[in-house]
Amino acid sequence: MSGYPGYDPKSGFEKWLDARLPIVRLGYDTFIFPTPRNLNYWWTFGAILAVLLMSQIITGIILAMHYVPHVSMAYDSVQHINRDVNFGWLLQPLHANGASMMFLAVYIHMFRGIYYGSYKSPREVLWIVGVMIYLLMMATGFMGYVLPWGQMSFWGATVITNLFSAIPLVGDAVTGWLWGGFSVDNPTLNRFFSLHFVLPFAILGLVILHVWALHVPGNNNPTGVSVKNVDKDTLPFHPYYTVKDGFAIVVFLMVLSAFVFFAPDALNHPDNYIRANPVVTPAHIVPEWYYLPFYAMLRAVPDKLGGVIVMFGAIALLFVLPWLDTSKVRSMRYRPLAKLFFLIFILACIGLGWAGAKSPSDLVFITGANVDGAQTGFTFLWMARILTLYYYAFFMVILPVLGLVEKPKTRPDSIEKSVLKSNAGEA
Amino acid sequence: MAETISTSAQDPSRRDFIYIATGAAGAVGVGLFAWPLIDQMNPAADTKALSTTEVDLSGIEEGQQIIAKWQGKPVFIRHRTQSEIDTARAVDAAGLKDPQSDEDRLVPNQDGQYEPQYLIMLASCTHLGCVPLGDGAGDYEGWFCPCHGSHYDTAGRIRKGPAPKNLFLPPYQYLSDTLIKIG
Repeated sequence: MSGYPGYDPKSGFEKWLDARLPIVRLGYDTFIFPTPRNLNYWWTFGAILAVLLMSQIITGIILAMHYVPHVSMAYDSVQHINRDVNFGWLLQPLHANGASMMFLAVYIHMFRGIYYGSYKSPREVLWIVGVMIYLLMMATGFMGYVLPWGQMSFWGATVITNLFSAIPLVGDAVTGWLWGGFSVDNPTLNRFFSLHFVLPFAILGLVILHVWALHVPGNNNPTGVSVKNVDKDTLPFHPYYTVKDGFAIVVFLMVLSAFVFFAPDALNHPDNYIRANPVVTPAHIVPEWYYLPFYAMLRAVPDKLGGVIVMFGAIALLFVLPWLDTSKVRSMRYRPLAKLFFLIFILACIGLGWAGAKSPSDLVFITGANVDGAQTGFTFLWMARILTLYYYAFFMVILPVLGLVEKPKTRPDSIEKSVLKSNAGEA
Repeated sequence: MAETISTSAQDPSRRDFIYIATGAAGAVGVGLFAWPLIDQMNPAADTKALSTTEVDLSGIEEGQQIIAKWQGKPVFIRHRTQSEIDTARAVDAAGLKDPQSDEDRLVPNQDGQYEPQYLIMLASCTHLGCVPLGDGAGDYEGWFCPCHGSHYDTAGRIRKGPAPKNLFLPPYQYLSDTLIKIG
């Protein structure tokens, strides 16, 4: 650690404060932190997520000053924010699209973790805390979508809360407890508002644990090779990665801004501009895009409890991923077979999202027609079934078996050598 | 005196007892306080008080369906045509996913007679609670849930799709031939 001397308080005041509350030291140790010198842009999404979380909390607190959590006023109050509140036209779309972009960033962040084996020893707890953050994000995003009290809000809330009615014996008691009534109604909206407000702070707490767990072993890196020589393999996080992350944050915020300023409702559903109506279900209800793969899994199983189990199981698998993957090689850069199956896994997730957005009986491609002249072919239902099978197989069969049979490519001796080699290749 | 104090201070069983008793009292206290925090989310007294709805069936034409509201939930009331009743009765109930005969789906009136033309059911799909489309929708010409594709027949019985049960019947009774009280 010779290149990282640690915090050295200079002035009398700094020394005085450091002896009483070493908060400057905490910040110093957090930011002047040895970081592998070869991190690529896939590693910037953690910082992007941190910025988005702060943006969501700030815009959310402001929106709560103008929003009314009551069934007769919620819809109008959101319109009031968008039309009448000063800069409401900016803040509400920033919050709604910010949520979408947070999921985009978290999915890239998670795929990066899987590809480079960032969940493997000694980073299992770091990964598990991350999955907990993801779960809380799903709960928070879902409850936030209910607040505008449009048709998709209402029926999304009805479908998701009814998932719990699949639990044997206590299912109906649990749904009544969630609703505070006999169906989704004012008590439900009130408690969702309360929880939607508080859960982001729970996420923030977990993020602190996530960063803490990161600082114990340090960052993984694209080679997956551990840091051997701090002086040769690493750079201080500040200024090298504050600048790199900062650049990525600016680029990402440009994407978010493109939505906010030019297509604020592109990721919303037109039906959510219809007031919630408890007696009419929209003809085709879909969740927000970031839940679509799980929605496809739910519908892939022709049994209520089975579908719910498969859907929640898909997330539960992530918790045990560090123990399912038997390979000692972290980075899939050196695992040709794993890389191929990982690529198919990403396509499967996207395909599940596509299937989730379609009606199960819609056709992916047409093979002919039946006697009535109606088109027949391969349905999205069957596509979802096949891809759900692949999703499960990837975690439960492919990763455990590959670690035993795959012959990995030669890994570089150190992070420094991998960097110097690629530089030499370019020269 | 000093001797007594030192003896009691070193008596492990006495310390263990105080330690365990304190811990147990604390655990009971936490449990007692947790229950109000959990139970407050269950339906409130005024919500539960909205218990009954009366509906006059005489205004519903044959082949027509209305939606009444009971406890905030939509309720289908359909005046079935003779062919719908015949179709429902022609089915062998034993072979169904949730076996019920057409008469199991009805409640006798105040004279003990069935009025098979009036079918009264909760308008919530037993899968995930969407309101199914009516008026002969679906493969069995009863109801069809657009959310996840459950088909119900003309007696509201599940025939195809992910729903596990027939459409639920609310508790109701006939006050006269054409007046019912739901709840």
